[in-house]
Amino acid sequence: MAVLTTARDAAEGPGAAGRPRAADAGRRRRRLRDDLLAYAFLAAGLLCFAFFSWYPLARGVVLSFQQVNFVTDPTFVGLDNFRALVADPLFWTAWKNTLVFTGLALVLGYLVPLALAILLNELRHVAGFFRVAVYLPVMLPPIVVVLLWKYLYDPGNGLFNTLLRGAHLPESQWTQSSSTAMISLVLVSTWANLGGATLMYLAALQNVPGELYEAAELDGAGVRQRLRHVTLPHLRFIMLVLLLLQIISTMQVFIEPYQLTGTTNPDTVTVMVLIYRYAFTVNNDFGLAAAASVVLFVVLGVFSALYLRLTRRAD
Amino acid sequence: MRPMTRTRLRRALGVLLVAGVALAATGCGSDEDQSADGTVTITVNGLPPATEAANHQRFLDNVAEFERQNPDIRIDAREGKMDPQTFAAKLAGGQLEDVFYVYFTDPANLIAKRQVADISAYVKDFPVVDQIRPEVRRVFSDDAGKLYGLPYKNYSMGLLYSRPLFTKAGLDPDKPPTTWAEVRTAAQKIAALGGGTVGFGEYSKSNTGGWHFTTHMYSRGGEVAVNEGGTWKAAFNNDTGRQVLTQLKEMRWTDDSMGARQSLEWADLLQLMGAGKLGMYLATADNIPTIVNQYKGDFADYGLGPIPDGRGTLGGGEGYMFNAKASPEKIRAGLKWLTFWFTSADRFEAENKWAAEHKLPVGLPEPQIFTGPAAQTQAAADKTYANVPQQNYAPFVAAMGSIPVKLEPPNAQQVYAALDVAMLKVLTDRDANVDQLLADAEKQVNTILSTVR
Repeated sequence: MAVLTTARDAAEGPGAAGRPRAADAGRRRRRLRDDLLAYAFLAAGLLCFAFFSWYPLARGVVLSFQQVNFVTDPTFVGLDNFRALVADPLFWTAWKNTLVFTGLALVLGYLVPLALAILLNELRHVAGFFRVAVYLPVMLPPIVVVLLWKYLYDPGNGLFNTLLRGAHLPESQWTQSSSTAMISLVLVSTWANLGGATLMYLAALQNVPGELYEAAELDGAGVRQRLRHVTLPHLRFIMLVLLLLQIISTMQVFIEPYQLTGTTNPDTVTVMVLIYRYAFTVNNDFGLAAAASVVLFVVLGVFSALYLRLTRRAD
Repeated sequence: MRPMTRTRLRRALGVLLVAGVALAATGCGSDEDQSADGTVTITVNGLPPATEAANHQRFLDNVAEFERQNPDIRIDAREGKMDPQTFAAKLAGGQLEDVFYVYFTDPANLIAKRQVADISAYVKDFPVVDQIRPEVRRVFSDDAGKLYGLPYKNYSMGLLYSRPLFTKAGLDPDKPPTTWAEVRTAAQKIAALGGGTVGFGEYSKSNTGGWHFTTHMYSRGGEVAVNEGGTWKAAFNNDTGRQVLTQLKEMRWTDDSMGARQSLEWADLLQLMGAGKLGMYLATADNIPTIVNQYKGDFADYGLGPIPDGRGTLGGGEGYMFNAKASPEKIRAGLKWLTFWFTSADRFEAENKWAAEHKLPVGLPEPQIFTGPAAQTQAAADKTYANVPQQNYAPFVAAMGSIPVKLEPPNAQQVYAALDVAMLKVLTDRDANVDQLLADAEKQVNTILSTVR
């Protein structure tokens, strides 16, 4: 302890050494009290994280090497769960589907909010209304969104096919056909989530100094040039951050395929749906589900690390 | 790390540790099977939710009467039935009831995973157990014949149909189709009524497609899995399997008698039937009260015929099993409770009387879990208090004795999940290749069955 105290005193600079000892001790006590108080407040949060995030996380990793029935003691099975995982063709199908979903979600969900944000930023009238309108779907509970779209997609009496029929256009099977199932799911997720991304872009856009546009205009730059040379360079950072965030969140897509196409449709089984299927609806195998979760965790970990590095550098 | 930060970290960990110990200490409780005065308390689920006031109260009244007769047993009744999504969590957290509710789809898996208690040694004191029909008892037994639970209700699949739609389509509501060829013709006539009317409905989502494919196979005299010299093998990639899928595909695409909306799961067809938009589907008798109560149907509107082709049918039902950690005292108390009410022939009279007074259905063609004198007691009590139109189920009852009731294949949920795909594809893809679908499913099911010991 003595060493530490000295170290702290040293850290507080040359002036500290010359002060009377009693005042010094009092100050230390006060600081200690403040620190303890801070830790006490922090403890609640840390405990919550420890019990509800870190412990389950560690337990999940352990579980991926075990076979459990929750009655007898778990048996360690080494890499058996991971071997079973890579031997399951559905595991690869699920990864393929997840990547397709992520890819499609990026094409739609990444560019559409950007375009919307730029448009909204340019609006001079009723801008407030449109901003609220774009953000509104984010406020709906995801399950409500999915059930709403279930009705829209209904191949019999759904809204989309009714409209198509009215316009004498060919109808679609939407979520029921393997060629349109995935894109149908992406549409739901994009509609539900684009408000958040749009809002972030909009905030970044409003930070672009107006003088830059004025200067560009004076130099004879058209709309496209202003967009390319003023707007986009200012948005580059937020675009990169959102790209990573979106990859991380879309790779965990669950509720759309789970509700609209179920856990047994190979055209739309994603990694999260497969994990759920392993644990709860088909295999009742928690070790296998944990192994699949660990794989997903590692993949998402890479993207999260990239994100952290990026934002830290920006700080 | 700087020294100052290290001290802070150490203090923080200290605080965490203290708080953790305190929490752990409060988490410790006692879990004794028997109190000092010799009373055994068992937790039992299946208590109907308080929103179903009459059923809820009836359960509690039965508990009170049982406790009066057995002063050394206390029953802690809880709401909830079998939910595979929370089962493991309850089991892992020590929250699973001592005596818990299951569907016939659950026991095989629970027995294989050793998550339930063997009750064979205790049932000899409960003679009514010997009168349980052997095929129903087998649902709760392992290959060695050890018993792990008791049935409460059983059902077998038949053809549930809408009598008003039959009449409208010019079909005789007292003579439901008895072959698959007749089903196809009837479905065409019903679908021709238009206005979104579906002739014949079928499932293809959340394992329900595979479950019904199995029923189709049984009805045509086929199997889904067979045991060949100790190894289980898929048994549906054959003419029977082709007939099942081809007929469904033709009904969906050639006849257009199955509706455009597919990828359906359990409640979807009940809802459609309740709305008066569905002609026929494969179902057990217990669907009828659910359609009436939840989907605003009317008992008079539904008829039940035998499974088409009638060469076999799939059985299902409900029952109770015992927590693997339950003590012998608790198992005995649990058996006393189950044989007092659920699995008890003597209670039929009282239960039916009460149900009839509360306008709850009495006299559906099933359950029939008993043979011998117990079955006769039940039949008599059903006859006295019947309040559902039993004549509507006469075609089903007439054929019941001659149609063998078969159990589910091993690893049923996994097998069903694989077969869901074949059902989904023929119902949603006009160009689905039946041979390819069967071959793909066979390969998957063989992999699943290879893990069955």
